[in-house]
Amino acid sequence: MTYATSGWTALGDATRHAIFELLVEHPRSVGELALVLPVSRPAVSQHLKVLKGAGLVIDTPAGKQRIYRVDPDGLACLRAELDQFWRKALKAYKMAVEQSPEESK
Amino acid sequence: MSSRAAGTSVKQSIVVEAPIEHAFKVFTEGFGRFKPAEHNILAVPIAETVFEPRVGGYLYDRGIDGSQCRWARVLAYEPPNRVLLSWNINPRWQIESDPDKVSEWEVRFMAETAQRTRVEIEHRKLERHGEGWESVHDGVAGDQGWPLYLRRFADLFVSPGNHPN
Repeated sequence: MTYATSGWTALGDATRHAIFELLVEHPRSVGELALVLPVSRPAVSQHLKVLKGAGLVIDTPAGKQRIYRVDPDGLACLRAELDQFWRKALKAYKMAVEQSPEESK
Repeated sequence: MSSRAAGTSVKQSIVVEAPIEHAFKVFTEGFGRFKPAEHNILAVPIAETVFEPRVGGYLYDRGIDGSQCRWARVLAYEPPNRVLLSWNINPRWQIESDPDKVSEWEVRFMAETAQRTRVEIEHRKLERHGEGWESVHDGVAGDQGWPLYLRRFADLFVSPGNHPN
């Protein structure tokens, strides 16, 4: 019933955010990502698993390795963005509604 | 506050300490007070955000130079229980004029007590934006198209706590 990991949650981590940005530039393998990031290959794999679970990236086999890329249909990205938009809006709305005085009934 | 996203919709809800009429009034009349600041596709800063309280009305931003951005249309207006609007912004952050390619968002207000209201938002039919994504992806593969938008999208998630600089 519930979605495993939302895009927003998946991108809330700084390393995953960096990985996502690198994949926006162009598709890469785990090894290529680990080369430019200050984390180990197993760590990169773990982060990719989360991004994949959130529907933000997809992977395709290429020889002995897998190439990761941003989900080309974009729907996951749009969803994650709107999720973020409404999350922020509702949080600010709660403050606005609870701080503003009611008018006389 | 809770959040759930699946398939082609986004759902969120929040409980506020206010009577339902007040919750509805602040959400509609006061939309500009809580809308995330980065949500602006005008070329200039926003002077005010206006919610026209009637079916067929618009939710629009007015820039400091008088320019307007009508980014949502009111499809249902039922105070204090519900509003339904279109979302006329395409994934490239431009106004979408084709009514078949806009998504919609419904806001429902439910009184939990006389002084407490649950507000639920469901933003749905996101797949209607889908064709736009495909054309951007296939046709504009350069830096100004799809990758630029994705970068902008990714930038939204940068918070001060996440980055060392």
